[in-house]
Amino acid sequence: MTIHVLRPGLLMTVQDLGRHGHQHVGLCPGGAMDPIALVIANALVGNEQGAAALEITVLGPDLQFDRDTLVALVGADFEADIALNRPVLVAGGSRLSISRAARGARAYLAVAGGIAVAEVLGSRSTYLPGSFGGIEGRVLKRGDRLPLVENSEQLSRERFERLKRKRGSSVRWSVPSFTVPDREPIVLHAIEGEHFSEFDATMQRTFFDTIWRVTPDSNRMGYRLAGPELTRAKKDEIVSGPTCLGTVQVPADGVPIALMADHQTTGGYPRIAEIASADVPRLAQIAPGGSVHFARCGLDMAAELRKDVKTRLETAMRGIAWEYGK
Amino acid sequence: MAKLAPLGAVPLGDCAVYVEFSRALDLEVNSAVQRLARMVHAKALPWVRDVVPALAGLAIHFDPDHPDVFGDALSASLNVVSECLKEGLPKEDDASRTVEVPICYEREFAPDLAEVAAAAKVTPEEAVALHAGSEFRVLMIGFAPGHPYMAGLNPKLAVPRRATPRAVVPAGSVAIANDQAVVYPYAISGGWNIIGRTPLAVFDAHRDEPSLFGAGDRVRFKPISRAEFLKHGK
Repeated sequence: MTIHVLRPGLLMTVQDLGRHGHQHVGLCPGGAMDPIALVIANALVGNEQGAAALEITVLGPDLQFDRDTLVALVGADFEADIALNRPVLVAGGSRLSISRAARGARAYLAVAGGIAVAEVLGSRSTYLPGSFGGIEGRVLKRGDRLPLVENSEQLSRERFERLKRKRGSSVRWSVPSFTVPDREPIVLHAIEGEHFSEFDATMQRTFFDTIWRVTPDSNRMGYRLAGPELTRAKKDEIVSGPTCLGTVQVPADGVPIALMADHQTTGGYPRIAEIASADVPRLAQIAPGGSVHFARCGLDMAAELRKDVKTRLETAMRGIAWEYGK
Repeated sequence: MAKLAPLGAVPLGDCAVYVEFSRALDLEVNSAVQRLARMVHAKALPWVRDVVPALAGLAIHFDPDHPDVFGDALSASLNVVSECLKEGLPKEDDASRTVEVPICYEREFAPDLAEVAAAAKVTPEEAVALHAGSEFRVLMIGFAPGHPYMAGLNPKLAVPRRATPRAVVPAGSVAIANDQAVVYPYAISGGWNIIGRTPLAVFDAHRDEPSLFGAGDRVRFKPISRAEFLKHGK
């Protein structure tokens, strides 16, 4: 049982929640850029939260399903011939076209049972820099056939059958996605980084006052932010240190880079700020050309933001479980 | 050496902390940091996701909301570090292993060897002997999966990085700059001087131990011929 890629779109890869525990040998966890959307998509088709799905970026694919398959497309507002943010039973032999993202940058197409590619180091995520995971470690292309679990058709029908409040091949409700921005610039809460104090007061103000634009060469490794040039007062080279998802570093050219899912685990550039973990999935929903703004935050506030996301996610999950009659 | 004590702890966002031991690269501190990282890792704490030794300190990546965290995860991480330091770090010899790396210094794999030798005012053969005759130590894995930064380069071979980085450096390339050596795990862009190539896979996700090198490893390069290099690759 497979999904046939008729047209791959801009950048489509297989992603799950990533591979953890390998950062000491230089391998970042990777995985879905917007894990919140992935988790909701999986819940909508009755999967475990970390099942592998398709990460679709800015311009979506045309896909052909050979059997009845329960799917959910969650995240950015893509123009598509299925309704978003809800389970949909796609009929065997039919075609699914996903066009442009009108709002947001990424969406996840989850299928009942998950995309059944082999696990590498405990994850099915595609890691493009290392060319492993997913399908041959690469971006999906026309002609690819994505393996589904053997009983995916049976799972799809059974799960769809269990859903309450159906309408046609879908349902009468949807789960609002809360990582996709209503308006830009979005506010990203940022904790002062190790080298923040090495930027003078004007630069520090500039960092928080500027509306930064995400550049076209931003990718799964990092987002480059165009704006005024940031220069560090001290000119000495810093000793390479560890980095993290959401670290904002400033290379010599003065253009800050926010580290995203496939980031390097260490870096030799000054680290001006660290984006609160709860806000990183929201940044992943900003497409090139989109804009962001930083607001100063401390660890207490970062914890509040995590708690808020957790509460909203749990509410959504409870709602979905109820619809499944659990 | 003097007693190892953290200079400070910097939050790496809200899901990790960087515990720093020196502001410059110090080989003794670096070695201690690696042994400390192994000790912290060996505690297998359920809320710790990754322990990453860097040049002058280590990062502890954690789940800040894990139910097993006592208090806040940042303080808990620092407590683990002080506990380990109190227990005492293992001796260096007990902790490190030696990795032998076959390397071919033939011109086709070593585009910068002649230039490096000229800068060092030695023949290419002498430059090879200086490189292969040294023992290196992995200071840190970073930049790319499995990519080692190694100390131990003979000071005679100390040359700066290339003015213009190469767009693509072939996988397995062994390169030097300043007082360090690296081995490129993948074909990526890089600005170091390439003096040879190993046929070994530096990082192979499908291997039991994906990374050829670990922080703290001792490394020796063993010269091989072109024929041996090609045989390895099969």
